[in-house]
Amino acid sequence: MTALLSIRDLAVRYRRDGVEVTALKGVSLDVEGSERLAIIGESGSGKSTLALAVAGLLPGSAGIDGRIEWFLPADAGAKAPHLGRDIGFVFQDPSSSLDPIMPVGKQIAEVVRTHLGLGWRDAYARAKTLLKRVHLPNPDAILHAYPHQLSGGQKQRVAIAAAIVAGPRLLIADEATSALDTIVQAEIVTLIRQLVAEDGMTLLFISHDIALAATLADRIAVLRHGELVEFGETRQVIEAPRHAYTRALLDAYLGLDAQPLLDRQGTRV
Amino acid sequence: MSVLTVSNLTKHYRRGGERFAAVDDVSFEIAPAETLALAGPSGSGKSTIARLVLRLIEPDTGRIEFEGEDFLALSGATLRARRAKLQMVFQDPLAAFNPRATVARVLDDPLRIHDIASRAERPSRIASLLERVGLHAALAMRAIHEISGGQRQRVAIARAIATRPSLIVLDEAVSALDVSVRGQILDLLLDLQRQERISYLFISHDLGVIRAIAHRVAILDAGRIVESGDARAVIADPQSAIGKALVAAMPKLNRETTL
Amino acid sequence: MSRLRRFFRTPEAIAGSLILALLVAMALAAPLLFPGDPQAIAGPALLPPFQNWALPLGTDRLGRDVLAELFHGARTSLAVGLAAATAALLIGAVVGTLAGFAGGPIDEVLMRITDAFQTVPSFLLALAFVSIVGPSLGVVVAAIALGAWTGPARVARAEVLSIRERDYVAGARVIGMHPLEIAFREVLPNALPPVLALSSVIVAAAILTEAALSFLGLGDPNRVTWGGMIAEGRTVLRTAPFLSIVPGVALVLTVLGVYLAGEGVVESTAMRRSLS
Repeated sequence: MTALLSIRDLAVRYRRDGVEVTALKGVSLDVEGSERLAIIGESGSGKSTLALAVAGLLPGSAGIDGRIEWFLPADAGAKAPHLGRDIGFVFQDPSSSLDPIMPVGKQIAEVVRTHLGLGWRDAYARAKTLLKRVHLPNPDAILHAYPHQLSGGQKQRVAIAAAIVAGPRLLIADEATSALDTIVQAEIVTLIRQLVAEDGMTLLFISHDIALAATLADRIAVLRHGELVEFGETRQVIEAPRHAYTRALLDAYLGLDAQPLLDRQGTRV
Repeated sequence: MSVLTVSNLTKHYRRGGERFAAVDDVSFEIAPAETLALAGPSGSGKSTIARLVLRLIEPDTGRIEFEGEDFLALSGATLRARRAKLQMVFQDPLAAFNPRATVARVLDDPLRIHDIASRAERPSRIASLLERVGLHAALAMRAIHEISGGQRQRVAIARAIATRPSLIVLDEAVSALDVSVRGQILDLLLDLQRQERISYLFISHDLGVIRAIAHRVAILDAGRIVESGDARAVIADPQSAIGKALVAAMPKLNRETTL
Repeated sequence: MSRLRRFFRTPEAIAGSLILALLVAMALAAPLLFPGDPQAIAGPALLPPFQNWALPLGTDRLGRDVLAELFHGARTSLAVGLAAATAALLIGAVVGTLAGFAGGPIDEVLMRITDAFQTVPSFLLALAFVSIVGPSLGVVVAAIALGAWTGPARVARAEVLSIRERDYVAGARVIGMHPLEIAFREVLPNALPPVLALSSVIVAAAILTEAALSFLGLGDPNRVTWGGMIAEGRTVLRTAPFLSIVPGVALVLTVLGVYLAGEGVVESTAMRRSLS
C-alpha cells in the first residue's frame, strides 16, 4: 500500500478568550491509500481538529505547526487537494451542513457543477444516481425535497451523497453518526463501508465510540488531550491495547455482553 | 404498590395536516426503587412519554397515577407542590440550565420554591448536595457554562434529588457524555437509587446502557409498546421486529479476555 | 472589562461616545456654569454670536443667553429621551414577555392592543395625548413612550416564543417554579439583548419627538428645550438664522451620537459572537 497523506509533528493552537488552548501536540501518522482509519477520542481530545486540519478547514486564527503532505497521483494536477473534489467531508449534524432553503438535489448538483464542470442537466442526473447509491427511497421525489422534509438519517444520507458525488479520494466522517439513534447509526455505517469499498476511497472515521469504530476500521488511532496515545491494527488495539487509556475506553464500553452495573453494585461491599 | 402507574396514555400531533399518534395507548408501571427503561428509535414516542408523565404537555386521553394520586387532576399550586416528588434530568445539561445561572442558583431554586431549607440554611444544603453527587462544594460559585459536561450532569442530578423525589425521569441523560464520564454517572444513579429508594424512568436508544442499569425495559415503536419485561431477558431474546433491530444494531467488541 | 475594550475598538463607538460624553457633560454642567434662570433676560435682544464674550452665542428675541439655553436644553433633551425610551422598553419587554410566555387568549389580546397602537402614527398619538392632558415634562415622557413601546414588545415576544421551548424553561417548570417567576426571572433576562439593541433607535426617536412637540409649543413651558428654541428662532429666521441653526445642529449631533454608540454596541456583540 502507498500512503495517501502523511502527517508530521502536527500541532494546533487556538486562542479562546485570550487564553491559548493546545488542541493537538506533535501528532504524526500516515494514512494509507484505500484504508479505513478511525480516529478515536473523547471531547477535547483533538480528533475533530485533526479532521479539520486534514481537510484544510481550520480557522485562519489557529496556530499550526508541522506539516501534512499529500501524495496525490500525478494526473490530479494540483499539489494541494481540493475540498469537495479530492476530499469529501461529512459533519455530525446534517441539519446545519445542508442549506435549509435549497432542494437537496440542487445542493448535490451544485457540487457536481463546481468540481466536475458539468451542466445542470448532467449534474442533476449525477445527483439522482447518488441518491440511489445512498439507498434513499424514491430519489426523484427526494431530488426536489427540502432538508426539513427528511428524517435525520435521510439527511445524513444526502450529506454523504453530496460529499462523495465528485469522486473524492478521501472521505472524512466527523462524528457522522453520533446524532442518530442506534438503528440508523448501524445503517449509515453499513452504507459508508459499502460506498468506500465500491469507490476505493480512503476513509477517515472520527468517533468517540471505539466499539463502533472497530466494526468499520482497518486501523485505529486513539487521541487523548491532543496527543496520539495508541495507533495500530484494529484487532491489536481491541485485543491487546498497549496504552492504559485505550484499555479504559474499552472497559467503559457497555456492550450487550458487558456485566450489568446493577450486578457490580450488588457485589460491591 | 407502584410509584407511577400510566394507563392507556395517548397523545396525537398534527404533521402536514395529518393527525398521527406520537403516543398510542401506552400503559406501564414503576415500583419503588425500580428502573424502567423505555427503548426505541428516534420518533418512537419515548421523549413524548417523558414529557407527558411530567405534565410538561397534556395527554389526549389516559390516566397517570403518581403515588396513589390522580396526577392529571392536579393543577396550579397543588401541581407545583407535587412536582417536588417527580423530577427530571435532561440529555444536554448545558441546555437544561439558564445560561446565566451559577451552580448555587440552580440548586437554590428547588430548596427555596419547596421551602425545604431557610435562606440561612441553604448554602450548607447546597454544599452537601454537591458532595452527595461527588462534586466539590466550592463549585457552587462557578457559572454553569464554566464547568465540564460531566460536572454539569452531576449538578443536574443534584438539582433533581434536592427535593427528595420518589421518581426521576432521565431523558437520554447519559447519551451526550464521554464514555468514561458515563460510567461514573451511571454508578452515581445506582448509588442514589439504593440509598434513597428512588425510581427511574430511564429513556434511551442505547440497549447497552439500558442493560447495564435497568431492571425492566419497554420497547417502543411508533408510539406503542411492542414488548416489555425483564431488561436482560428482553435484550437477550427480543421478540418484536424493532427489538431485534435494536439488538442487531449494537456494535460488538470481540475482545479476548486480557485480564 | 474585555466587553468594554471590544466596544471601544469600533470607530462608530468612539465617535458616538465622545458626542454623548460631551452632551452629558453639558447637561451636568448647566446649573454650575449658568446658575441663574436660563429664561431670564441677559442682554440686548438679537445679539449675534461671537460679538460679546460674556454671551458667546448671542441672545434671542427677548435677550436671553443662547449658550445658557443650549446647555439647559441638553438637560431636557437627554432626560426626556432617556426616560421615554426606558419607559417604552420596560412596557414593551413586559407586554412582549407576557404575551409570548402565556400564549393563547392573553397573547391574542395583548398583541391586538399592540397592533392598535402601532396603526396610529406615534407622533399623532403623542400630540393628541399632550393636547388633552396638558404639557408638562412627565406627560411628554408618557406621550412619547406611548408610541414607542410596540417595537420592543414585538421583538421581546418573538424572542420569548423561541426561549419558551428551551429545556431550561421545562426544567424550571419541573422544579415547580411559578409561571410568573419563570417568565420574568428565567425567560425575560435572556430575551433582553435584541430588545436592548433597539434602545438607541428609540432614544433618538424620543429626542426628536420631544423636540417636535416643543416646536409646536406642546413642551413643558417652564423648561428650555431645543425644539422650543428652534420655534422661537423661526419667527426671525431671515434676520437671525443662528437662533434656529445652533439648537438644530445640537439636535442633529445628539441623535447622531446616540445612533453611533448604539451601532458600536451591536458591532461589539457581533464581534464577541464571531470570536466564540
